[in-house]
Amino acid sequence: MNIVVCVKQVPDTWSEKKLNPADNTLDRGATDPVMNEMDEYAVEEALRLQEASGGEVTVLCMGPESATETVRKALSMGADKAIHVLDDGLHGSDALATSLALSKALGTTSYDLVLLGSESSDARMSVIPAMLAERLGLPQLTFAKEVTVAADGGSVTIKRLTDEGYQVVEASLPAVVSVVEKINEPRYPSFKGIMAAKKKPVETLSLADLGVDGGDVGTAGASSAVESFETAPPRQAGTVVKDEGDGTVGAQKLVEFLAGKKFV
Amino acid sequence: MPDFRLDDDLEALRKTVAEFAHEVVAPVIGDFYEREEFPYDIVRQMGEMGLFGLPFPEEYGGMGGDYFALCVTLEELARVDSSVAITLEAAVSLGAMPIYRFGTEAQKREWLPALCAGEALGAFGLTEPAGGSDAGATQSTARLDGDSWVINGTKAFITNAGTDITSVITVTAVTGESGARKEISSIIVPAGTPGLTVGKKYSKVGWNASDTRELSFVDVRVPAANLVGEQGRGYAQFLSILDEGRIAIAALGVGLAQGCLDESLRYSREREAFGAPIATNQAIAFKLADMEVRAHTARLAYYDAAARMTRGEPFKRQAAIAKLYSSQVAVDNAREATQIHGGYGFMNEFPVARMWRDAKVLEIGEGTSEVQRMLIARDLGVDGP
Ligand SMILES: Cc1cc2nc3c(=O)[nH]c(=O)nc-3n(C[C@H](O)[C@H](O)[C@H](O)COP(=O)(O)OP(=O)(O)OC[C@H]3O[C@@H](n4cnc5c(N)ncnc54)[C@H](O)[C@@H]3O)c2cc1C
Repeated sequence: MNIVVCVKQVPDTWSEKKLNPADNTLDRGATDPVMNEMDEYAVEEALRLQEASGGEVTVLCMGPESATETVRKALSMGADKAIHVLDDGLHGSDALATSLALSKALGTTSYDLVLLGSESSDARMSVIPAMLAERLGLPQLTFAKEVTVAADGGSVTIKRLTDEGYQVVEASLPAVVSVVEKINEPRYPSFKGIMAAKKKPVETLSLADLGVDGGDVGTAGASSAVESFETAPPRQAGTVVKDEGDGTVGAQKLVEFLAGKKFV
Repeated sequence: MPDFRLDDDLEALRKTVAEFAHEVVAPVIGDFYEREEFPYDIVRQMGEMGLFGLPFPEEYGGMGGDYFALCVTLEELARVDSSVAITLEAAVSLGAMPIYRFGTEAQKREWLPALCAGEALGAFGLTEPAGGSDAGATQSTARLDGDSWVINGTKAFITNAGTDITSVITVTAVTGESGARKEISSIIVPAGTPGLTVGKKYSKVGWNASDTRELSFVDVRVPAANLVGEQGRGYAQFLSILDEGRIAIAALGVGLAQGCLDESLRYSREREAFGAPIATNQAIAFKLADMEVRAHTARLAYYDAAARMTRGEPFKRQAAIAKLYSSQVAVDNAREATQIHGGYGFMNEFPVARMWRDAKVLEIGEGTSEVQRMLIARDLGVDGP
């Protein structure tokens, strides 16, 4: 079974993010770039599925030159090869354009399963898996906390995380599956893996290679634009829940608060 | 042109270890330290990443890297915590290395795969209650009786000696005399050999999540084939092992010095006094600048020693310089970091308090600062006793 995992390079989750005042896009040079955390889970899941049933794991990444580091990380974790969609014309692409480029890139290779993280930590839209499935005309299974591929390789079943619990959803292969953090514990690359990654094939594809019109992607093709931005207001003081009497009142309020925020 | 930057592989390794240290070690190590408990689960994960096999070839289960890779790893671990760093350092450069460097093919095949995987830990017993610096004065003895060595004596302060996964302890012992000089050899003692008593853990000032114990040997019998290298070459062998180990300890010191700076930078930007972050006071800002200078220069010293070593050039003097200097730098930065943290710096729950407690031993273990100066002076041709 051949698996393609989509990975994205994002600014370090813990660093302060800045927008570039010149074109209102994220200033990717201002922070340390890392692999989108959720994508690490997708890579790990791909490797586990491969360990169980063989096949090849291909990394697919759309991003600037610096994203080679993220590609290399996925390769050092154990993926076999990579496709890097790299073109200056992609700068400023929105989700629609990204899904277009990714779907075209997927068209250059054969696969049974496409795995993605459920969201990226910078944009946090969670729409790429759905858009991609739609463009490819494939079934989409989202928010998987467990993925099982049938022994005959014909179908995939997931446990789909919901607010209350999970749903069991099945689809025929090929399919697009997005995963959540609960699914596994991503491995750290070993030094052997780091050294081996250098020798693994990385195919770089431009917009021309993919047959994508420059007007459909990048800032030019974006169907939404950031008009202006301002820095987030400083954090306000929190709410103190006073416990009156026997403790039940305070506890009740805390539970209501947590439930309201969907923490419990 | 000399270039002091890491190559792509080492840089990727450094980042991976840094991530691991922040995500896996940092959140829990304080509690292990407080309870003086060995962090088995962290060690298991370090093993899965291949850290214990870094400088060993793949045929023995290693990662096929070199000593430089080990040092960079130790620096990033010690930047967050020294207990896990010393556990790795002692296991690799004291536990596994003598077997790899001087052992027979059979010994390597028997011990190295599990040690490289981090599933088992090795220890090296040189120091004795009566002395460490003067290693030639070893009192433990090993006598050949038929096809066994019979070992008697006591070893003090041995790292990784008594964990649940300790598999092997290489000890030095007097195996004879040639003229006025004692003939010292190294012998492999499997953990659990009858007659070997593992003492209870010392109560230590620092490195509290690492395992340090006294070992006593009463008529401990091991096969004659457990001799490591040539009989009577034990002294020269462990001296060369210690030369390498010094670079590793230097890396640990640099990590600690850098960790002190990381913590102090963060804290001094947040902590306010007299209406402004304390970092805006020149007295604090200059401390931070000095901490950076120390960490940076000490790093260059160990990079140089490690580069010489991996290129196969003489590195004894550079290793001693790096060890002497970075242990001093670690102590200095730990003291300043605690000062910058004020009262909180004296509270165990703050990482800098742990670093302060962990720093001092760097000036003692694997050759005291005095011993390093003796080595450097001797190398300069001004001989001591
Ligand atoms: C936590 C910890 C872990 C350790 N792990 C190990 C281990 O795994 N394996 C192992 O074998 N050992 C280990 N050691 C022992 C360590 O290497 C020794 O403590 C160290 O080498 C010093 O020996 P000593 O303690 O006997 O001090 P001594 O040799 O008694 O020295 C006492 C003081 O005298 C000074 N001194 C000695 N000789 C001279 C001289 N000629 N000129 C000037 N000054 C001199 C020393 O520098 C020192 O300041 C460990 C120690 C500690 C604290």
